[in-house]
Amino acid sequence: MDRVETARTDAGRGPLLQARGIDKFFGPVHALKHVDFEVREGEIVALIGDNGAGKSTFINVLTGVLPHDGGEIVFDGRPVRLASPQEARRLGIETVYQDLAVAPHLDAVANIFLGREYRLPGPLGGLGFLDRRRMRRETEEQLARLRVRVPDLGRRLVTLSGGQRQGVAVARAVMWASKVVIMDEPTAALGVAQTAMVLDLMRQVRDNGVPVVFISHNMPHVFEVADRIVVLRLGEVVQELDPRRATIDDAVSAMTGSIRSVAAKGGHGGR
Amino acid sequence: MAGEPLDAISGLAPEPTVRPGVLARLSGSFTLLILAGVVLVFSAINGGRFFNPANFQNIAVDAAQLLLLTVGVTFVIITAGIDLSVGSVLILSAVVAAKVMVRYAGEPAEVQAYQFPNQGTAIPLGLAAGVATGLTCGLANGLLITRLKMPSFIVTLGTLGIALGLAQLLSGGVNVPNVPPAVQQEIGLRELIAFEVGGQRLRLTPPVLIAFVVAVLAAVALNRTRFGRYTYAVGSNAAAARRVGIDVDRHLVKVYGLSGLLAGVAGGFDLLRFGTASVGSHQSDNLAAISAAVIGGTSLFGGLGTIGGSVIGAFIPAALRTGLVISRVQPFWQNVAIGAVLILAVFLDQRRRRVEERM
Ligand SMILES: Nc1ncnc2c1ncn2[C@@H]1O[C@H](COP(=O)(O)OP(=O)(O)OP(=O)(O)O)[C@@H](O)[C@H]1O
Ligand SMILES: [Mg+2]
Repeated sequence: MDRVETARTDAGRGPLLQARGIDKFFGPVHALKHVDFEVREGEIVALIGDNGAGKSTFINVLTGVLPHDGGEIVFDGRPVRLASPQEARRLGIETVYQDLAVAPHLDAVANIFLGREYRLPGPLGGLGFLDRRRMRRETEEQLARLRVRVPDLGRRLVTLSGGQRQGVAVARAVMWASKVVIMDEPTAALGVAQTAMVLDLMRQVRDNGVPVVFISHNMPHVFEVADRIVVLRLGEVVQELDPRRATIDDAVSAMTGSIRSVAAKGGHGGR
Repeated sequence: MAGEPLDAISGLAPEPTVRPGVLARLSGSFTLLILAGVVLVFSAINGGRFFNPANFQNIAVDAAQLLLLTVGVTFVIITAGIDLSVGSVLILSAVVAAKVMVRYAGEPAEVQAYQFPNQGTAIPLGLAAGVATGLTCGLANGLLITRLKMPSFIVTLGTLGIALGLAQLLSGGVNVPNVPPAVQQEIGLRELIAFEVGGQRLRLTPPVLIAFVVAVLAAVALNRTRFGRYTYAVGSNAAAARRVGIDVDRHLVKVYGLSGLLAGVAGGFDLLRFGTASVGSHQSDNLAAISAAVIGGTSLFGGLGTIGGSVIGAFIPAALRTGLVISRVQPFWQNVAIGAVLILAVFLDQRRRRVEERM
């Protein structure tokens, strides 16, 4: 579980995770149109777009939840086939899905270890007996390291508030990610203070050498943390913005298409 | 701020945590209260005639078969599914077991003459065949549900009919005759342990022991193993379980297989207790088992339930039945009482969910 500490700026290497020309159809709907996207070492890259722009679909493709119809995904320089979310996870890519994907009847520890439970050593473990103490201890250690506190690790998530549940989902992703963290609307259910904390956690993760993909509708949040902003509209990457130079208005017009600026502000422009 | 703990995601945050209300907390011990109430009322009416060890032994024997079905159904309901077929699978398994015993206990003429030269192998073989039949039915349920992506309600309603029909075809609709009586006398009624309590001789018989062991193993599996944890996870949020790499379909096949297996064992109990496969009874056992699980706190919405609750839930009908008989009240009142308790249990379950869930 220990994270590889990578230097923040190693310009020598290419992007860590790259999507090239991704196409995705839902029946006749062309949900993703030749999407190019990359995640570089040491950055928080924001992916923004209006409702239905294709952000979640793209994340689902990128993490093996959905198959894609064209293009390829390159991880660490090698093309990869992600047939399932586990394969993405095995590469060190962790995701907070928009629908959270937690089991509300289980407690925080069970959710954090869901699908990768520790079993007791010896024959009992062979029978499937869980090492509950070890899972609990490791959860406590990791959450302390990340300075995340979950109210009562032994309480079922149904008895937690929506924000607290979201906290568990964020903690799970951050705790296991060794290469990339992807968060689809991680602040959607959070109040002001809690949002600030999650944004701060993202910076902390990035500074520990794990790049973050941050999906949000909330422009102030995006401009607060992102190092780079990619705008998706109707399934197409229409613009890349540099938050230090672009304004929220620029981002909004790129999202809504009211002004289709061809002159890119940060990187390459619309295709 | 960087050095501060992230209180946003902690219990100290302004957002209050939801505490279950009185009703919700009550429903946890609800089942035990009901059982205690039943015992208390009948004890008050009948005194020592109800409240005595021999009677409790009868209740245990009576409950053992339903207990097996209830344990299996509990796993299924926790996954947010339902198994309506267990009663029919029980009957089919019993008929298969009986048929195999009759077939292999001796030459047809010998068996007709009530002689069973090969019963030493025929009886275990028959019991094994019954269990295998149950397991097969359960696996078939699981495969149909997961492969055809059909609701468990429909699939198990279908297999309910199929298993019952097959049992009737096999048996001609009557109790299988000429089953070696040894299965009842030598095994079913065998005293494993016997002791005297207050001048009464109490005996532990194999069905009660098997039911007890099954319940303990099931409780351990549900609470301590990965199998149990996945059972809750699948019922709580199947999509989330899939995302983290749990093979949900495979797990469901196992769970329905378990339910069928236990129905197969319960089918064997027919032979152990009555010395034959009783084709006419058990047709409402599925509903009895589901009621027992739900009364015991298992939520039909999935994700919630305990074996302990189900055990108590399975004892309530048996306690009611013996109590009513001893009180010389028509035992049919049992159905009325169970129905009322079931409605109350589900009402409390819904209350609990409304309090707990703000998703
Ligand atoms: N399973 C599906 N079947 C058919 N169409 C789908 C499916 N999932 C998404 N779509 C369509 O693909 C498009 C992109 O949806 P997606 O959920 O990716 O948008 P989004 O950018 O994440 O929106 P939001 O901001 O609301 O989360 C929409 O037009 C949507 O209707
Ligand atoms: Mg989305």
